[in-house]
Amino acid sequence: MAKVLDNPRPTLKERAAKAGQQVQGSQVWNSIFRPGSIFRKGYTDSPRNRSYVIMNSVLYHLHPVKVKRHAVKVSYTLCLGGLSFFLFILLTVTGIFLMFFYRPTGANAWQDIQTLQTSVTFGLLIRNMHRWAAHLMVLSVFLHMARVFYHGAYKPPREFNWVIGVVLLTLTLLLSFTGYLLPWDQLALWAVTVGTNMMGYTPVMGSQVRFVLLGGVEIGSETLLRWYVLHVIMLPFVIIIFMAIHFWRVRKDGGISGPL
Amino acid sequence: MTEIPEHLLKRAQAAREKAAGATGADAAPAGDRIPDALLDRTKSAGAGAAAVVATAPAAGLPVGAGPGGHTQRLLTVVKSGSIQEAKAAPVDKVHTWPHLLAVEFVASLAMLAALFIFSWVVNAPLLKAADFNQTPNPSKAPWYFLGLQELLTMFHPMIAGVTLPGVGILALILAPYLDRNPSNKPEDRKFMTAMMTMFLIFWAVLTIIGSFFRGPGFNFTFPWRDGIFFEL
Repeated sequence: MAKVLDNPRPTLKERAAKAGQQVQGSQVWNSIFRPGSIFRKGYTDSPRNRSYVIMNSVLYHLHPVKVKRHAVKVSYTLCLGGLSFFLFILLTVTGIFLMFFYRPTGANAWQDIQTLQTSVTFGLLIRNMHRWAAHLMVLSVFLHMARVFYHGAYKPPREFNWVIGVVLLTLTLLLSFTGYLLPWDQLALWAVTVGTNMMGYTPVMGSQVRFVLLGGVEIGSETLLRWYVLHVIMLPFVIIIFMAIHFWRVRKDGGISGPL
Repeated sequence: MTEIPEHLLKRAQAAREKAAGATGADAAPAGDRIPDALLDRTKSAGAGAAAVVATAPAAGLPVGAGPGGHTQRLLTVVKSGSIQEAKAAPVDKVHTWPHLLAVEFVASLAMLAALFIFSWVVNAPLLKAADFNQTPNPSKAPWYFLGLQELLTMFHPMIAGVTLPGVGILALILAPYLDRNPSNKPEDRKFMTAMMTMFLIFWAVLTIIGSFFRGPGFNFTFPWRDGIFFEL
């Protein structure tokens, strides 16, 4: 006669579920995930929790809790502004990686890039991503500007945010241009020579501006150091400030424009 | 100060007459704007008397009542709209999570995947180390400045390299202040749309010519005849 167990041993699945419950109910877990987090125990898809997801997240609370229905249509924004920001984040991450292997001196720069590409794990891939993302960011910021213009989104009350946008476009170009010199190859050197020669024709203070930017009358090791500092610290610092104002103003000016 | 609307003045006048009729002529002497109760209090305080003032309120009037027996005063009239925004129509809204965040998440992932695959397949250029004694022919600026470099072949550098881009950026900055048309409907803003489109096409054509149709010496070439002199 088969023996019937009153209390059968729990299956592996039941044990895993129980362990999961215990972890989710623990003090550590609850201290990490604030109320409304989708990882918290007992999360349900309620309007209250949908609001909490945004309010209780340092990253997401860049957004308002609710947005206009038409604002989430991809066909309106084409995600261009958001993708520009995403590319900026990607560029920051890949750029930090590149900084570990790069010395901004005339004697080392090119060799460091060469070594990065041939001897560092994923070095070539990360450098490629950094370069292509940079070109893509110039393109996406430019297209974002065109999109905003064609939607008439620069009109009141968003005039000033458009002005900040133009500043951001200029800063993006400067970031890309300063980064262009850093590989210190023939392409970089002569492209920057052509670019900075134009600058010298600025009336009144052209040659002075050029001198300050180049760290001399001609491009050299000093230029490389200056542009490196501009590229990795100063311009990102400035552009982050302007981006913060830009995003903040989007909300203060009543969310994105439209519908048409 | 904001002018008091006429209907409010009328209403105040009517209320004052009503109050005067109810309390009679002895409520407050004509011309005396300050009630006796307050005057007494001020007097005793000014004399430095330690005695607690317990002036009986004037007959039929509460303490602190204004001229004409009013217990309420109109401080100012605030027009609606000056401090509060009246929402004419409710806005159709959706929750950011999941409606917007999901879209953003998918867009970023798609972008990351595309960039990853492209970077896997196509290598960024790295030419020979910089050499000051060897100028490549042609020498080209980065692609986004090639429109400017193309302009340099037509105008004096002062015009092409400084004035025109300066005017261009200034025009962009001033666009919202110059465009007085309040509508954002495409059919209402054909002029600005045409202007911007012309500007963009002009710029794109210059950039494409500078990128692909300029060879050694920055002379005009055809890419299908002489090859492409362009590095990203």
